Amino acid sequence: MRIGVFICHCGSNIAGTVDCAQVAKNATAFPDVAFATDTMYACSEPGQDAIVAAVKEHHLDGVVVASCTPRMHEPTFRRTVERAGLNRYMFEMANIREHVSWIGKDKEANTNKATELVRMAVEKLRRDAPLYTKKFDSVKKVLVIGGGVAGIQAALDCADAGIQVVMVERETSIGGKMAKLDKTFPTVDCSSCILGPKMVDVAQHPNIKLLAASEVTNVSGYVGNFTVSIKRRATYVDWSKCTGCGLCTEKCPSKKTPDKFNEFMGPTTAINIPFPQAIPKKAAINPDYCRKIKDGKCGVCAKVCPTGAINYEMQDEVITEQVGAIVAASGYDLMDWTVYGEYGAGRYPDVITSLQYERLLSAAGPTGGHIQRPSDGKEPKSVVFIQCVGSRDRSIGRPYCSGFCCMYTAKQAVLTKDHIPDSQSYVFYMDIRAPGKMYDEFTRRAMEEYGTEYIRGRVSCIQPNGRGQYLVRGVDTLMGKPVEVLADLVVLAVGVEGAKGAGKLAETLHISYDHYGFFMESHCKLRPVETNTAGVFLAGACQGAKDIPSSVAQGSGAAAKVIGLLSKPQLESDPQISVVDIKRCVGCGKCVDVCPFQAITKQSIRGEVKAQVIEAVCQGCGLCVATCPQGAIQLSHFTDNQILAEVNALCQC
Amino acid sequence: MDSINLRARDEAFIREVEKESGQNISTCYQCGNCTAGCPCGPVYDLQVNQIMRAIQLGDKKTVLEAASPWLCVSCSTCSARCPNDIDVARVMDTVRHIGRREGKTKYVINAFWDSFLQTVRFCGRSYELGIMALFMLRTGRFYTDLDLAPRMLPKKKMPYLPHLIRGKAAVSRIFKRFNDMQQYDD
Repeated sequence: MRIGVFICHCGSNIAGTVDCAQVAKNATAFPDVAFATDTMYACSEPGQDAIVAAVKEHHLDGVVVASCTPRMHEPTFRRTVERAGLNRYMFEMANIREHVSWIGKDKEANTNKATELVRMAVEKLRRDAPLYTKKFDSVKKVLVIGGGVAGIQAALDCADAGIQVVMVERETSIGGKMAKLDKTFPTVDCSSCILGPKMVDVAQHPNIKLLAASEVTNVSGYVGNFTVSIKRRATYVDWSKCTGCGLCTEKCPSKKTPDKFNEFMGPTTAINIPFPQAIPKKAAINPDYCRKIKDGKCGVCAKVCPTGAINYEMQDEVITEQVGAIVAASGYDLMDWTVYGEYGAGRYPDVITSLQYERLLSAAGPTGGHIQRPSDGKEPKSVVFIQCVGSRDRSIGRPYCSGFCCMYTAKQAVLTKDHIPDSQSYVFYMDIRAPGKMYDEFTRRAMEEYGTEYIRGRVSCIQPNGRGQYLVRGVDTLMGKPVEVLADLVVLAVGVEGAKGAGKLAETLHISYDHYGFFMESHCKLRPVETNTAGVFLAGACQGAKDIPSSVAQGSGAAAKVIGLLSKPQLESDPQISVVDIKRCVGCGKCVDVCPFQAITKQSIRGEVKAQVIEAVCQGCGLCVATCPQGAIQLSHFTDNQILAEVNALCQC
Repeated sequence: MDSINLRARDEAFIREVEKESGQNISTCYQCGNCTAGCPCGPVYDLQVNQIMRAIQLGDKKTVLEAASPWLCVSCSTCSARCPNDIDVARVMDTVRHIGRREGKTKYVINAFWDSFLQTVRFCGRSYELGIMALFMLRTGRFYTDLDLAPRMLPKKKMPYLPHLIRGKAAVSRIFKRFNDMQQYDD
């Protein structure tokens, strides 16, 4: 074998603390190394061309590049060696930047360590074999989980590109959080007026199949060929017959049902349509409050329904769908703010969340767009907004900024003045974070034109004063003095977390999620919509707190990724996967149990049970390799022999 | 007004406060929660968050000359509210310790503390009338709060004789041990 070694300077990133020429000189002494040199930037065009030229000139069979992390440039150099006529897996990378030059200043020690890492890479390369990808068909259909604005955008973009879309929404209507908002910042245009048409498009698009009141319960398969189980919750109304006329909701006698869509700001009926623009505009029964389902006595809705759509015997139903890609757009929920005793821990009726306040502002809300205090229905004249409730608070395990609260608080202060001209709003804030286009100008307007009083400081307690008002005590840190305000209504800008059940969904999708229920992207800067599971993409606030424009942008981004993936005639599988040596396999099935991707099955060969790897499903994680008691499974490109050779090389240095 | 000299940061002072209080002062992001909840805020010359800021700036003089640490009642509301889990009350306590050690205690509160501890040393618990007498002797302020006495005496809030506790010798030994350790440290 003839190996070429290239030691990259990475400008001064590596060469500053590593003697690259010396490493290259040392490498010439390693077995099978036919050529070694150092180069200024191996990844640059001249750098790559030099590698190609060297492969041809010295008749090399494999290449080692010692430079940065393989996460960064391994694909680059694989393409380079392929260009030189070699198999792309006859290439190894030694990370002498992150692992050497950036972490130590001793040039001699660094040079030695870099030499050792190169030696390991050479020993591994000596045992590399050419690997070839396989091609397989994919289903040209995408599953979008969540019908908020991000999911809607992703679904519409995919559908417009000719890809079939299955949209699954947990609630009975799509629209998500945006449908609950009254107006949107920074333009103060009506939320449902701009979202409504998009929701209608989803309902009418020939390529979109909308499954509301449904949840994804299981996902198996792999990129291009996922099998998804979807539970369709019983709504007790046959939606194929329901016309959304609303007669049932008028007559339903169970008028004290909690209204989830209105954030529990008012009661609703047991059978209801969440809001006038709901898509699909179909009624659904809340079985916990329906008198017929609970006690067997009522049945008014069935009597009044002109189409006979009511069916009290309806059962949950599970359907399966075959899809090629999945977009998770499950959104966010507010954290449980009642941990804050100083804000009343939920005991005071007039201390509400900003999302509840949106429903009070909305013309389609429980008060018809008139701001009324929950306690006595009076118009509040003094409204206190408290920012960062459950954001940037390490003590309760919420260290992150929720991002959009500063903006919607400014918007709500503006709207309060619009609704009640003789009212005064006070905003207690730590910092105003308004980095979007026209955002800061908007917060300035709230202060300058609408007279919102911004107080730089926190609130330490809210106490009812016994006369229907609340004494809000805080501080103005700019003046260094305590502040007291009498408030009629207090609105908390509650921080966000991943939607309820996000963790379970992530486990179903085999993707990672953080402490707060947000899904992990593949790379925080360069792969923000991909996950580490091929074929699963992210859109919107399920990945981290996002405002509407960012969610829409990410929805389109995820759609672009799906379109790119499914527009290929066939997909290529990664050959760095597990291979079973059936002569050694005893069929114990341990590998089947540990595989997180269900990529191993048991098969019967001449009456004996043996493990079999489904090549397209295997992600090459290596769990089965570590588990196999017989050493019968090897991971291609990372065989035991290769790893031992690396260890040997290190120990012999 | 003097401007803040950012180059003259007293690093040793910051480290001293951090070490003795066990708190990481740099985690304070000046939200003001401590000040918002402080019941003594209205009488402070520097608010709690300003004390924290002065420590961050290494402004030893400002911190040790402030009255606020001596007016702090150690209710620990600041510690409970701090979003960064800083035990602010402990930082205030540390500032008082450093102040005492360096003789930067121009406020009479120091005399009150000494008087209080003296009675605890001898009685095993506080002895109000004794504290009053010692405090007056130390400060020469014979008429301060004297107007409260006529109302407190009939309610037996200020007994003439000290209440001695059973383990007062043990309490006394704690004081002795503390003094011995201090001498050892010196």
